[in-house]
Amino acid sequence: MLDVRDLTVRYGDLTILDRISFQVNPGDWLMIIGPNGAGKSTIIHAVSQVAPYQGEILLKGRNIRDYKAGHRAQLLGVLTQHHPLNYPFSVEEVIRLGRYAYAPWIFSRSDDEGEAYIQRAIEQTGLGSMLKQSILTLSGGEIQRVFLAQLFAQNPNILILDEPANHLDLVYQKQTFGLLKDWLKKPDRAIVSVVHDLGPARAYGERALLLNKGKVEAQGPIGEVLTEANLNRVYGMDVFAWMRNMLGQWQN
Amino acid sequence: MRKREKEGFGPVVYLLFAALTFLTFAVSVSLGSVRVPLGDTVGLIWHALWRLPLPETASSPSIILAVRLPRVLSVALTGASLSLCGGAMQGLLRNPLADGSPLGVSSGASLGAVIAIAFGLTVPSLPFAGTMVMAILFAFLSLIIILALAYKLDYSLSTNTIILIGVIYSMFVSSIMSFIITYASDRVRQITFWTMGSLNGSSYGNALVLLITLLVFGGVILAHARELNAFAIGEENAHHIGINTRRIKLIIMISVSVLIGVSVSIGGTIGFVGLVTPHMVRMITGPNHKRLFPASLFGGAIFLMLADLLARMLLNPIELPLGVVTSFVGAIVFVFIFYRARKTGRA
Repeated sequence: MLDVRDLTVRYGDLTILDRISFQVNPGDWLMIIGPNGAGKSTIIHAVSQVAPYQGEILLKGRNIRDYKAGHRAQLLGVLTQHHPLNYPFSVEEVIRLGRYAYAPWIFSRSDDEGEAYIQRAIEQTGLGSMLKQSILTLSGGEIQRVFLAQLFAQNPNILILDEPANHLDLVYQKQTFGLLKDWLKKPDRAIVSVVHDLGPARAYGERALLLNKGKVEAQGPIGEVLTEANLNRVYGMDVFAWMRNMLGQWQN
Repeated sequence: MRKREKEGFGPVVYLLFAALTFLTFAVSVSLGSVRVPLGDTVGLIWHALWRLPLPETASSPSIILAVRLPRVLSVALTGASLSLCGGAMQGLLRNPLADGSPLGVSSGASLGAVIAIAFGLTVPSLPFAGTMVMAILFAFLSLIIILALAYKLDYSLSTNTIILIGVIYSMFVSSIMSFIITYASDRVRQITFWTMGSLNGSSYGNALVLLITLLVFGGVILAHARELNAFAIGEENAHHIGINTRRIKLIIMISVSVLIGVSVSIGGTIGFVGLVTPHMVRMITGPNHKRLFPASLFGGAIFLMLADLLARMLLNPIELPLGVVTSFVGAIVFVFIFYRARKTGRA
């Protein structure tokens, strides 16, 4: 579905991403993993056409640059990490905008199918009780859920998620990963996510792309990528010992 | 399934807006250096509208029909245009302090008009077209220069950057304007008019040009209310939900430039209307442009008619330039808004 070839991003002399290639097939959940500054978010910016890049990104076999904005949004949706908000729009107004790509004109016929997606998205994210609330009054986690609901309403084939569990407390973190896993069960869907926390990445991801300083360190099935040798080399510490130590805190 | 509420206003609200606007209009036409009873004014307008013979009892029909009516019409249309522009820019730039005047777009437009006057640029057979075309052109150029500079300095287009660049740009423009005034000293009076802003002496022709511009380019802005909602929430999010952000930005910026350019070429720089009205309207309607835009149109017309009335009545029989009144009120409101926004950490 998504075919990234020799993706390179440079800011001046600085090379942020150096010839990254990967593929995403239907049913995949690809985890992009790596330490701070590895270039994880930059991949998302490039794929979602926000940052300038060199190389080729094919969406369903066609160069993503050749898509019209609305068509692209029907196939590929993005959840970003930061949402700088200025105006008191209501939760519902933000979620409803997720349907823009399906009825972009004021005279477009009403999008009845969309209404069902909107209602389901509201239900799934548990926002039913705060639809009229201003987004400026929400906490970071609640804002993250509002934009996740907008993304579910948009219902693209590929979800690109930058730290989807960012700001979420444990209950919603578990729920969000569960939701995404269910979402993935329908045919012709895939997820690419940047995840900081190696625990959930390992638990939910099928494949992983391990990045270090803008280069691919390893990619493939998640079990083969997140090996002791790979992680220790990339993070420069004994990751497995640390994870076991953390887990050990909960044994008694 | 929950029934979906309509985002825009119902017909009752529109009727209320129209009634309020007409009332302000009638009062505005009646009052002035010569007072005409409100009933006579409405009667006169009614008769003129249907081309009926004017009633014998009418007092001073020529003042009403030839002087005040076209002027107040132009004032109302300018107020509506400038407010709509302000609302659109505030949404597009996600910034409640954006507008033609702090951004320097109107001073840019007036520079265009002044250059046209000083160098006598005219389009043959169309006496007003020279200043108008130059005003529109300079409004658009100013918008591009300011936004390009702002993007280079600070990609997120924060309030502080915009205000800073707007102020610097306005100073730059006024220095060029002073230079031109020194050069073309025989036209100083005409040029000063543009920098102060006044709709004194507007004709029906002016009102018609304003009306057509508002119908076309105001219509374009109104048709993009949903896209501007998305911009107001966040430009990157707007991109992700499938909006061609570059195209929308260009469409809105061109429409705003034409509206401001035409307004400035007829009435000069009337500062802060576009900033203050949408902001006050937003406090009542909320940020959704499907409500904000229609309310701003009517609100802007009413606000500017009242300001114009004040300009005529305050030192009667001496008339203040309209821009002086709006800038006086506007600057105070501007500081108030900025202060409040800073306190709540949203600037």
